[in-house]
Amino acid sequence: MAFLPVILWSDVLIWLLFVAAGVFGWLSLRNPLWRTAWQRVGRSRSGMASATVLLVFVLVGLLDSLHYRPRLENDAGHLASSDAVPGESAAGKPPAAYAVEVLSLLDAILTPLRTRNEKTYSEPLATRAYAKESIESRDAAGELQKTRDYPRLKHGGIHLGADEAGRDADIGQRLLRALALAILAWWALAAATAARLAHREACAHREAWRRIWSNESDFAWNAVLAAAGAVLLVALPLGMLAVHYHVFGTDKVGQDVLYQVLKSVRTALVIGLVTTLVTLPLSIFLGVLAGYFRGWVDDLIQYLYTTLSSIPGVLLIAAAVLMMQVLIDNHPQWFATAAERADLRLLALCFILGVTSWTGLCRLLRGETLKLRELEYIQAAQAFGVADLRIIGRHILPNLMHIVIIALVMDFSSLVLAEAVLSYVGIGVDPTMISFGTMINNARMELAREPMVWWSLAAAFVFMFALVLAANLLADAVRDAFDPRIAGSA
Amino acid sequence: MSDGATLNERLLLEVARLRIAFVSGRSLLPAVDGVDFQVAAGETLALLGESGCGKSATALGLLRLLPAAGRVAGGEVCFEGRDLLSLPEAEMRGVRGGGMAMIFQEPATSLNPVLTVGHQLGEVLARHLGLSGQPARERSLELLRAVGIADAERRLGEYPFQLSGGMKQRVMIAVALAGNPRLLIADEPTTALDVTIQAQILELLRQLQAERAMGMLLITHDLGVVAQMATRVAVMYAGQIVEEAPRAVFFSAARHPYTQKLFAALPDLARRGGRLETIPGQVPPLAEMPGGCRFASRCEYAWERCRRQAPEWRQVAVGHRLRCHLDALPDAGASAGVAAAVEVEEAAATPLLSVDALRVHFPIRRGILQRTVGHVRAVDGVSLELARGRTLALVGESGCGKTTVGKAILQLIAASAGSVRLLGQELGGLAGKARRPLRRRMQMIFQDPFASLNPRMSVGEIIGEGMGALRIDMQRQGRAAAIAAVLDQVGLEAAAAHRYPHEFSGGQRQRIAIARALAVQPDLVICDEPTSALDVSVQAQILNLLATLQADLGLAYLFITHNFAVVDHLAHEVAVMYLGRIVERGSVDEVLRSPQHPYTRALLSAVPSARLDAQPEFIRLPGETPSPANPPTGCHFHPRCRQATDACRERYPATSVLSATHSVRCHLYSQDAAR
Ligand code: SF4
Ligand code: SF4
Repeated sequence: MAFLPVILWSDVLIWLLFVAAGVFGWLSLRNPLWRTAWQRVGRSRSGMASATVLLVFVLVGLLDSLHYRPRLENDAGHLASSDAVPGESAAGKPPAAYAVEVLSLLDAILTPLRTRNEKTYSEPLATRAYAKESIESRDAAGELQKTRDYPRLKHGGIHLGADEAGRDADIGQRLLRALALAILAWWALAAATAARLAHREACAHREAWRRIWSNESDFAWNAVLAAAGAVLLVALPLGMLAVHYHVFGTDKVGQDVLYQVLKSVRTALVIGLVTTLVTLPLSIFLGVLAGYFRGWVDDLIQYLYTTLSSIPGVLLIAAAVLMMQVLIDNHPQWFATAAERADLRLLALCFILGVTSWTGLCRLLRGETLKLRELEYIQAAQAFGVADLRIIGRHILPNLMHIVIIALVMDFSSLVLAEAVLSYVGIGVDPTMISFGTMINNARMELAREPMVWWSLAAAFVFMFALVLAANLLADAVRDAFDPRIAGSA
Repeated sequence: MSDGATLNERLLLEVARLRIAFVSGRSLLPAVDGVDFQVAAGETLALLGESGCGKSATALGLLRLLPAAGRVAGGEVCFEGRDLLSLPEAEMRGVRGGGMAMIFQEPATSLNPVLTVGHQLGEVLARHLGLSGQPARERSLELLRAVGIADAERRLGEYPFQLSGGMKQRVMIAVALAGNPRLLIADEPTTALDVTIQAQILELLRQLQAERAMGMLLITHDLGVVAQMATRVAVMYAGQIVEEAPRAVFFSAARHPYTQKLFAALPDLARRGGRLETIPGQVPPLAEMPGGCRFASRCEYAWERCRRQAPEWRQVAVGHRLRCHLDALPDAGASAGVAAAVEVEEAAATPLLSVDALRVHFPIRRGILQRTVGHVRAVDGVSLELARGRTLALVGESGCGKTTVGKAILQLIAASAGSVRLLGQELGGLAGKARRPLRRRMQMIFQDPFASLNPRMSVGEIIGEGMGALRIDMQRQGRAAAIAAVLDQVGLEAAAAHRYPHEFSGGQRQRIAIARALAVQPDLVICDEPTSALDVSVQAQILNLLATLQADLGLAYLFITHNFAVVDHLAHEVAVMYLGRIVERGSVDEVLRSPQHPYTRALLSAVPSARLDAQPEFIRLPGETPSPANPPTGCHFHPRCRQATDACRERYPATSVLSATHSVRCHLYSQDAAR
């Protein structure tokens, strides 16, 4: 085998969530009530546009969640395989050796970005480094000369050769080509959509096209297409330029910032999604229990969450993270690779965030359950002698689902932001793990530098903003579609 | 209004061809389609119609207060010579509250809960009369006194939550009157109130109108209220006015088939025991209004022309206009239900249900330690008996504990004391498991058909739930067939089982709720105001259904209601509750024809009758029902009773037996008082 698959815990969870979302989607398609609610989401233009953008992020995240260790070339293998898989084969064939470094599918795709490291900072699209260095060169007479100048980058714009002045023209040309390609790709996409719609609704192409753009289709195709167009317009030029330049510059150790930003997406998704795996069971279980049974159960649960939410969240998280850090540092033998360690730390952070942030939803669900249990259909069920657990399962939970879904999408963006803040304070993810938070944390020093290094922060900011904005817009659309007060009683 | 000239001079509001539509998706649904009417000063035009006929939309359209989706699609609204529809918004604000004011149905939500009464009144006074400071305060006090609020100074500083429902509606009226409107639009002003309070408010409105010579547009669905208040009546159906007539003509010689059906659907004594007239079918949905007469699909006189051509709005007598092709009316009385007063033989030997000295007290807890500082005596010693095949009506105003009695019998609420026996078996002491066989013998039908069905379950699941929980018909095949059978029993198709509650109308939902109860084959059904959320014609269908089921299955009903017309129609026995106790009980005739307890008398006198002649003199009850947490000493009713004596203030009266079935708890009839 050319690689050894590595399954990290967070990969498992991410893919499980992906499957769960699929199953949930399938189930809700079968239930007419849910189906109409999702159809309402589908009609919302802002919702669908943001869903398209989110889908791109999720795709990046999923690609980044398939990990492996590449096989090393034989000769180099013996050198680098300090922890290569043991087991000498009898035939004397050298054992398969795998790199220590855990890579993901995304890394493989982004190999040029990942490997073409410079020495240190360079500006976006630059061909030379950001700081002067003394350069030794031989002049015509063969004398060794020392000059102080901006050194040429090892990779950025290397194809230009000596013709550095041609950079602008080269970039312009590439941009134009990317633009043309984007328009072409978009056109193909739009035509395919119209064709499908025409096929489904059995009307002429022209008619389907008109329906899409005059907002008469039952699904906000125009928003999806517009968002896809925007994504193409951003992604293709980025891709075209990234082949030969560092589009967002490089950081202190010369790593491409675009690569870092793309890697951060997965961290943000894990934090935003896996945390809810912890909060949901806690808050649903405790909230419904408190609301349904009242009495001392309610008192106990209320006491629990009032106490928990009266401790400042950051303090609680900081304490827990520090404890976990000590634990991890004391047991290096638990982890085969650095990636595994960072991964576990990420999951632990999710867990801690989850344990400290279930109170809000729990309170909401308790209130709603208190209201629901007084409704007449629940009393009718009680009059039949239906068991309490069954009443909770059949009558209360389905009527709480809209709150849970709304809370889920709303919490996502706040968790992504929370990660950034925590990493900034230094109690977030492992420092070796690339995340928006660590990028922003590094930017603290860079901004104080003279001349200022601004591109890391800007890139992280723009990507995180796009992610959170899309999540928030989708959350709004979902809330409008699911909240019975807004969407009408049906 | 003795002649036409003065009438025209004092004409306040003229509405011509008003059309209102609601935006739905990409289409406009017409909710009001070409409505014409006038209101003159000093007269009351009652706009009568069932829910969804467009009467409220009309009122909101007049004030240009339609919800976001509503549009005035055409027509004219002329108020005192000004065209309201073309008025700029700034001037329109002067008209609202100043020229015409509106009173809404729900007093609880039409006052702002975070502002004091004085503040809310002051706002209107400042806006329309430019009053502020001391003069505004004086005017506010005057207004509050005018709407009959005692202790006006104190009330001025209070917040809405400190006021009772009737008081809130009075304040609402005071706010409406603050701008000295010439026209008052009252949208179901008393629907949310108890009968005795309703009578007070109606009296107040009448009196205010006479004093101020206001015009009034009264929107209601209640023929009783119309009979009491209206000068003229306009009946709306599916967005059109189908008949308009002066009150006397309306009640004696209504001509539109729909109006006649409305009268025929009213439960009352004449048709007791028989079937009520119902209107088959439903109002056509807004999206698919038929081209011809809109009532054609439900009209028994409809002929081919009705379906082809929409009838004209034409005058048939002075002030009597009609939208119907029919000229001479076939005899109206002919189709009235046969009053086959089936007398059920007297009570069977063993009562099905017997309740003895039932008490339900809710503790009031205060402080951090949640100490019990008192009890709300929701039910305080209620005893009753009910035999198979009989109907006992439990009547009383809201807060008297009648619903709590029902729930305590079903063991949904734990009783504090007393016993509930079903078929001779005590229910109170049984554990959940042991209670299960008895559970299936009694079921409940709730008031609000929209809250009593789980919106996330299909009708089949809803009906099957009880069967599952009570282990009836466990095989799948049997279950589906059983569900189809009960659906058929309540007049729904078997296919309904696969649909969801929101696809059904209110009356159909109530049928589903009844089917759910019937599915477990109970002997006793507790009906908690099962028709109060329904329109008259639908109410008639449900009452008929209940009567049929009783005749077929021998069900016993405990009918909890405040509607005396329904009681009269359906019940065999009546028990009247006041503050957690039964104050009078007896057979229907005894209690309704010769009420003895002063409270029963007052209650009956307050019920607005839908006949012009039959309204008894209204016995005005001062104040409102006191809180059951702190009932008055002695007879609970004494602070409001005109006949109260010293004895009443000291002791709660014992039960006095007037006949074999009739008993009353009042000192007027007690043995020692007689002596
Ligand atoms: S026009 Fe015809 S269908 Fe309409 S109410 Fe008159 S008789 Fe009935
Ligand atoms: S006991 Fe006295 S106060 Fe009570 S109802 Fe009779 S007369 Fe009135």
